[in-house]
Amino acid sequence: MAESLFDGALDYAMQTYGVAAAEVQKLRHDPLELATRAVQPVLWLMLFGEVMAQVRGISQGNLRYLDFLSAGILAQSVLFVAIFYGISAIWERDLGILQRYLVSPAPRSAIVIGKALSASVRALSQALIVYLLALLIGVGIDLHPLAIVGVVLVIALGSALFSTFSLIIACIVKTRERFMGIGQVLTMPIFFASNAIYPLALMPGWLRVVSHLNPLTYEVDALRALMLTGGASDYGLGLDFGVLAGTAAVLIGVAARMYARMGY
Amino acid sequence: MVSDSTSPPIEPAAAPAVAIRELTRKFGDFTAVDRATADIPVGEVLGVIGPNGAGKSTLIKMLTTLLPPTSGSALVAGHDIVRAPAEVRRHIGYVPQLLSADGSLTGYENMLLSARLYGIPRAEQDTRITGALARMGLTASADHLVGRYSGGMIRRLEIAQSLMHRPAVLFLDEPTVGLDPAAREAVWEHVLDLRDAFKTTMVVTSHMMEEIDQFCDRIALIDRGRIAVIDTPAGLKARVGPNATLDDVFIELVGATTETEAERAYGEIRRTRRAAREHG
Repeated sequence: MAESLFDGALDYAMQTYGVAAAEVQKLRHDPLELATRAVQPVLWLMLFGEVMAQVRGISQGNLRYLDFLSAGILAQSVLFVAIFYGISAIWERDLGILQRYLVSPAPRSAIVIGKALSASVRALSQALIVYLLALLIGVGIDLHPLAIVGVVLVIALGSALFSTFSLIIACIVKTRERFMGIGQVLTMPIFFASNAIYPLALMPGWLRVVSHLNPLTYEVDALRALMLTGGASDYGLGLDFGVLAGTAAVLIGVAARMYARMGY
Repeated sequence: MVSDSTSPPIEPAAAPAVAIRELTRKFGDFTAVDRATADIPVGEVLGVIGPNGAGKSTLIKMLTTLLPPTSGSALVAGHDIVRAPAEVRRHIGYVPQLLSADGSLTGYENMLLSARLYGIPRAEQDTRITGALARMGLTASADHLVGRYSGGMIRRLEIAQSLMHRPAVLFLDEPTVGLDPAAREAVWEHVLDLRDAFKTTMVVTSHMMEEIDQFCDRIALIDRGRIAVIDTPAGLKARVGPNATLDDVFIELVGATTETEAERAYGEIRRTRRAAREHG
């Protein structure tokens, strides 16, 4: 009994890993895709950041605005990659690749977690770009190994969370055209109703409430604390990780149930 | 019924590979598959033919557990598709109508993904992958991106992917669609070779009457969601007349009824509309 449980766990790990590994192999075949994704964070930090840093009204504790912003832009670039992840699920459905996943004995949750992990891998390559850029413009980056491990964890969790959310949307809308529309509609509120580019203190009361319900706020909060020298968490890292992990787990559970219906 | 000494045993020595019982799937008011019932013995190559929209793909989707039935059930490789879908998936292979191999991975990487999804032990993965690729004649192109494969090579790769875990039943949904005659021939050769080597039961849908006639042990003709008839190619043709081709069988059994059915349906729609008007 215990042995078969162990075998089951081994299979589960291998199935999850297989799905994620296939994604990494695809990135290796086409690394240009990652390079094109670097453009957006560059624009935000170099154009938006440099200009907004001149505005004295944005108070952000003891951090310079560019430092404050860099963590937000890191979270944002991860969000933008993750939120359109569902479109690849629709693509795979139209091609027939999804059907191959679904007729295999792999549990649906193993496939969904594998997909989430592969989104995390993409997000981490994105993070590398933002880190290099931030160092280049003189952001005070904390390069302590533990700090970096923490950042990797936060990004992996955040990316898994939003890519799984995106997968759920894909299961509902089922066509690429509809998804593109909804993806645009979702990204902006998630990004602006958070502490990514300005502190919550500047917001009107109702928006502050919305932002407190937004997982991105906790992702950014954790990133600020871990990534920057002199950065601090407003809510505590425990709460940040709890919110991210809890939300991701719930979304994965929902997605695993809905993913099977994509095969109809 | 009272059994006597001449009646066949109630439990045959070999259970069928697939036992379909009153299998039904509805989409709203439309019945895509209507109380389908059939047995497919182990090692048989069963061809499934029928007009577009007759319910072939819906039937296959239910048997491969992609789609739950509305009612009825089926045992595939001894496991119930409704109660034990995960067990069914462990024992079947499926080559969907769409191209399911990933074009942005190499042939080997596609195989590796399948090996992992099917829980093939790590130590055996490479041997099984190279073995299956060799069997399908793909050894030389194992490390090329599948996006550069020809249609026939992709089909052979997909068959290789779906046989690595040695399934008892292999479902192929229009495996030769879009292939040139030589590639079609090659796919069939490989399919029959598998059956001979492993006694794999095959369920193959197709629109190509000649290939179904030539390669299948029996043919199931599906019409408007029902299995209209199951018989050997020779038996089917004999029903229509001497020198009949399978095309003749198709037109005789499906063509004529489709027309009367269409007329009936049209009358029904008119009646319903009239009733709706009258009831306001």
